[in-house]
Amino acid sequence: MRHIISVLLENEAGALSRVAGLFTARGYNIESLTVAPTEDPSLSRMTLVTRGSESVIEQITKQLNKLVDAVKLVDLTEGLHIERELLLMKVKASNNNQREEAKRLVDIFQGRIIEVSENSYVLEVTGRGEKIEAFIKAIEPSLIIEVVRTGASGIGRGNRSLQV
Amino acid sequence: MDMPTESEVLSGAEIVIRSLIAEDVEYVFGYPGGTVLFIYDALFKQDKVKHILVRHEQAAAHAADGYARATGKPGVVLVTSGPGATNSVTGIATAYMDSIPLVIISGQVPTTLIGNDAFQEVDFVGITRPCVKHNFLVNDVKKLAATLKKAFHIATTGRPGPVVVDIPKDITAQMATFDYPQTVEMRSYKPVVNGHPGQIRRAAELILSAKKPVIYSGGGVVLGNASEELTEFTKMLGYPITQTLMGLGSYPATDQQFIGMLGMHGTYEANMAMHECDVLVAVGARFDDRVTGDVKKFCPDAKIIHIDIDPASISKNVQIDIPIVGSVDKVLRELTRAVKETLQKPDAEALAAWWKQIEEWRAIHCLYYDKGSDLIKPQYVIEKLWEVTDGASGDAFITSDVGQHQMWAAQYYKFVKPRRWINSGGLGTMGFGLPSAMGVQLAHPGATVACVTGEASFQMCLQELSTCKQFDLPIKILCLNNRYMGMVRQWQEMFYDKRYSHSYMDALPDFVKLVESYGHVGMRIDKPADVEGAMREAFKMKDKLVFLDFITDQAENVYPMIAAGRGQHEMMLSPNKEEESI
Ligand SMILES: Cc1ncc(C[n+]2csc(CCOP(=O)(O)OP(=O)(O)O)c2C)c(N)n1
Repeated sequence: MRHIISVLLENEAGALSRVAGLFTARGYNIESLTVAPTEDPSLSRMTLVTRGSESVIEQITKQLNKLVDAVKLVDLTEGLHIERELLLMKVKASNNNQREEAKRLVDIFQGRIIEVSENSYVLEVTGRGEKIEAFIKAIEPSLIIEVVRTGASGIGRGNRSLQV
Repeated sequence: MDMPTESEVLSGAEIVIRSLIAEDVEYVFGYPGGTVLFIYDALFKQDKVKHILVRHEQAAAHAADGYARATGKPGVVLVTSGPGATNSVTGIATAYMDSIPLVIISGQVPTTLIGNDAFQEVDFVGITRPCVKHNFLVNDVKKLAATLKKAFHIATTGRPGPVVVDIPKDITAQMATFDYPQTVEMRSYKPVVNGHPGQIRRAAELILSAKKPVIYSGGGVVLGNASEELTEFTKMLGYPITQTLMGLGSYPATDQQFIGMLGMHGTYEANMAMHECDVLVAVGARFDDRVTGDVKKFCPDAKIIHIDIDPASISKNVQIDIPIVGSVDKVLRELTRAVKETLQKPDAEALAAWWKQIEEWRAIHCLYYDKGSDLIKPQYVIEKLWEVTDGASGDAFITSDVGQHQMWAAQYYKFVKPRRWINSGGLGTMGFGLPSAMGVQLAHPGATVACVTGEASFQMCLQELSTCKQFDLPIKILCLNNRYMGMVRQWQEMFYDKRYSHSYMDALPDFVKLVESYGHVGMRIDKPADVEGAMREAFKMKDKLVFLDFITDQAENVYPMIAAGRGQHEMMLSPNKEEESI
């Protein structure tokens, strides 16, 4: 099963490598990992997407909690949550056909064109992982110059929140 | 109103020493070098903290580790950057695997040079990350005291473990106000100590419903100083108890309810009882693969209660029915009370039948060995060691290295008190025995300290004979010299068709002369009849280190044994044994 785990970490040097090291040392999967400081500069929030059986996920959350730098953790997939990922894609846009195609798909996926240059567009799409994947599939492969995905981040719905 | 105490301005190096004093540190085990020279200079100018100069940094970590195991207090290590630091890694990993509290202070190149591949620079925080509980790189002298305070706090609380504090040289020269914090508050680190009352009640009910119970306890009981609580709990119930290699001594092995060590070289009765039990109470144990054998065949009929300070230990290898996270002493006390409060008693009839079965297994005498041999049997040496060191009193400290001799020491020396059996169980580090004995002897100057070793293991840290001389450490070293890496040879005999690939110990030194050259006493013993006499003579030399080189039977193997991947009930008994029982 795919799980999205959010962790509040002390914003200390090396905290990220402790998490990454834990995953390699114990042979856990990481699909994606994003991290950035929160409104409180002493805390970073990390979101990681991993896959494993229930017992593996249980171990992952316990091992993460055991890290001395980990303040709090939630497995978002255990309840209602919102998941978003940002995609930036550079596509060829050197003729009308290509430009129209890019515009049409961006509209369907409720994305935006955020840069226009002579021969290319940069597109921006946000959404759940499946939506991002569907968008990438929808674009004619020969038009794609570059794909950048941030990996998922997420937040609980309603009363669910992860705070100190 | 309290006047604020006047704070002093000290150098980073002085702050290190003053912090150690504030932590009541008696001994620092270390070795100097460029990046720690300011710290060594500060050590020189005081006499509260004593420095023990080892001969190799691995030994510094093992000695601090032995000190910690024998006292329950954290061991402290001081090493220089680069090779000094890397040399200590084996010792740090050894402590990590057995959850031993250490604080390792390592020198680092000056902050201005970090990342430049400077002379003797190594990313020590990076290297040690997977084998420490936590580590720090101090980049501001103002944070030094608070970081050291945190290091001691983290090392000694919750599930203990080693903590590295890496200090760049320039930080040790810079000045700051010394203000050692009295307490630590870390929002990210708050170990749970009290067990969940509901879980404890459920556990009490399950324990009382058992027809074939077993208590299985591990090193956590020793680390958590919970021997008394474990003994009271076990006595109250009258249930059989087995222990892991790391747990030995936390319940008296001489007691009738003790059914021996369990696991790969555990007793037949302990492993069979585990296999057939219906309720298993695991206390401060971590279901290591050397204990469980094939987990699919592990305790197939049992409901399992697991008490542990570390939530991550629970259901890691084996699925647990009733987990209780908390410190083992508290939880055992509460569990004992919860059992009493039910006003119920264990099922006496079922228990009697269970004991009858266990006694049948016990009657097989799985630790039988040939007592009529002309050769010295290693098991015999350990049995005599128990007598000569007054094993029944439980006062002697026994350290060991790794191999067959370690297993024989665990099987035949009946430990009756905790913190007396000191060995590397988790990492299995050859070379641990002698340096750890140094730490034990320093912690307990008047005590009997013996190191059981093999001729291969001993050679991994024998340079410490010099340290023992310098600091007058009268350790008794019992070398079970079988001219083989015996444990390796045993596996090659059993599983590799007797192809003894590189396990023969050729070109051995004359150990008697070797130890004499360091100023110690050496004895070689090659006849069974001389074993006891030599041992008595050696232990009478209270102020001398004596090395006893026992030339033992080369062919002896450790039995009983569960081969890797087998279940607990699939034990191999000694071939001697099988002939005898036919
Ligand atoms: C540092 C290290 N290297 C290798 C091993 C693998 N190993 C385990 S037991 C053993 C043989 C030990 O021989 P010895 O010390 O003579 O003890 P014996 O088994 O003969 O009693 C070896 C090589 C180890 N445990 N530690």
